[in-house]
Amino acid sequence: MTISQTQSPKLGPLATLLVGDKGGQRLLMAIIAVAIIFPFCNLVFSPDSIFHVSTYTLTLTGKYLCYALLALSVDLIWGYCGILSLGHGAFFALGGYAMGMYLMRQIGDRGVYGNPDLPDFMVFLNWGELPWYWFGFDQFWFSMLMVLLVPGTLAFVFGWLAFRSRVTGVYLSIITQALTYALMLAFFRNDMGFGGNNGLTDFKDILGFDLQSSGTRNVLFFASALALALGYLISRFITTSKLGRVLVSIRDAESRTRFLGYRVEHYKLFVFVASAMMAGVAGALYVPQVGIINPGEFTPINSIEIIIWVAVGGRGSLFGAVIGAVAVNYAKTYFTGAFAELWLFMLGGLFVLTTLYLPKGIVGWVKHIQEGDGKAAQWLALLSHKISNISFNKGA
Amino acid sequence: MSALRPKHLEQEYSLYMDGVSVSFDGFKALNNLSLYIKPGEMRAIIGPNGAGKTTMMDVITGKTKPDNGTVLFNNTTDLTQFDEAAVANIGVGRKFQKPSVIESLTVFENLELSQKGGRGIWQALFHSLSTQQEQKIADTLELIALSDKRDELAANLSHGQKQWLEIGMLISQEPELLLIDEPAAGMTDEETMKTAELFKKLAKQHSLVVVEHDMDFIAALDCKVTVLHEGSVLAEGSLESVQNNQQVIEVYLGR
Repeated sequence: MTISQTQSPKLGPLATLLVGDKGGQRLLMAIIAVAIIFPFCNLVFSPDSIFHVSTYTLTLTGKYLCYALLALSVDLIWGYCGILSLGHGAFFALGGYAMGMYLMRQIGDRGVYGNPDLPDFMVFLNWGELPWYWFGFDQFWFSMLMVLLVPGTLAFVFGWLAFRSRVTGVYLSIITQALTYALMLAFFRNDMGFGGNNGLTDFKDILGFDLQSSGTRNVLFFASALALALGYLISRFITTSKLGRVLVSIRDAESRTRFLGYRVEHYKLFVFVASAMMAGVAGALYVPQVGIINPGEFTPINSIEIIIWVAVGGRGSLFGAVIGAVAVNYAKTYFTGAFAELWLFMLGGLFVLTTLYLPKGIVGWVKHIQEGDGKAAQWLALLSHKISNISFNKGA
Repeated sequence: MSALRPKHLEQEYSLYMDGVSVSFDGFKALNNLSLYIKPGEMRAIIGPNGAGKTTMMDVITGKTKPDNGTVLFNNTTDLTQFDEAAVANIGVGRKFQKPSVIESLTVFENLELSQKGGRGIWQALFHSLSTQQEQKIADTLELIALSDKRDELAANLSHGQKQWLEIGMLISQEPELLLIDEPAAGMTDEETMKTAELFKKLAKQHSLVVVEHDMDFIAALDCKVTVLHEGSVLAEGSLESVQNNQQVIEVYLGR
């Protein structure tokens, strides 16, 4: 069996970005289409038209797009470099908090207490003045910088310590999990100055535009789609470069890569920081659309869910991560509405089934169908057989 | 304890190991080992299991730090001060016993990664192959007889082909000193002889240290042989003299 790669080393890396990446081309087209059609249908058609997309659907889809970007960031480190981070939700939440702090400062004196200098929760806690780390967050540019820098710096310090000490595999996963758990506990504390239990909410506007207006919603939606498309292109650029091949080499044979003369810890650090920043951007776009950020976003379960999205979609395939995030979250929205108490079992079951029968996720399965080697059909038969067995046993 | 012995260093050495000891939890993996390799020399290392061959390579390539002793490259560079990546970039290439190619990359990509230079992050991110570099890879593919497998995933190669690919990767690194662990394992007789020919050719521009069990292969290499036993040198000389050495016979057959 020959796997021929449509790769032309003559072209520059930028030009080859989407050559031979059918899935990526389709994905980008889909993102662009959604980014145009959804706002169009929301703004142009009246609510009673069948072509109307409600603001609720728009915002929900916008949320999925942020999740997709988050999944992309996890796939970049896990799928391509073998770093299984079970704490990536932390970077998402930090980006979200940076955005939330900006939105809090935008409220100004329109809060419940009408204090022009302090957010409501600080007035409530009898704080005299704004803590130093809140300075600058009244500026949009500064806040956006922090959306990148806060997750990036944490990832840098954490990664530098972990990768230099050659912490890998399960041990690394455990400490990433500990990281997000520790942050969750810290952010729950009122004296941290991030609103404690309640987090940051009651946002009014962004850059002077009302967050509740459908115009702003549409812009945020469009920005999320744009960020996802850019995130995809950046990830694609990284993974198709020689650096991407070094990452794969680290994933498959870490010590071999060292003996080739590559500084494994530097490469891991680079991709870990890039991924954390991407997660931060996803969080920053997520917060104004859902209207709240609280310490619950740091919960380890969130981070594990991201892993499931990526696994279901297809680890090591960038558009697979996007598909996985959207598919699983769509299912979540539907099933938590229909049978809420079953959802976690279904999610767990999905993960087990994927790991056992679809190791390359949805994307790997579709690929098999396209190659028409009959394997996909076998898998499907096996899968349905197992599922019918399970339900049969349950009935008995 | 191990001050440099100037009389040894009057001569030029590619690799100078003197009085090197390593112990793991009290077990002496290397015990006052000394080995001197001249530039352009090929040396075969033999020895029973546990003689310290792999530990010796680990010490040279910066994976293991010796308890004491001197390890110099080209008389001047103290290799014990560097880690694996640095040692590789200084000019020491290593081939492992188990063929370790990057299985999910193609043969071409394996060679591209091992090609000398461009180890920095930004260089790798914005790397594009020059015509010259591509030609070099093509030449290497020719040399290791894998030209027709250029775009094949390394995972799909036979065991012998993987060995050759790894040798190709080693050559692409353009090291001055090559450490090669059991290159002939899993090769057919014909491949083994071809490998020996290749090494003899390489020895003209490189220094080679070859660890091997296959006596026919060593005979074909036609070079000086060092016998390791319990972490130190037991005998050194031509293959014939070593094979007739009473101590060596005892070590191999005695127990």
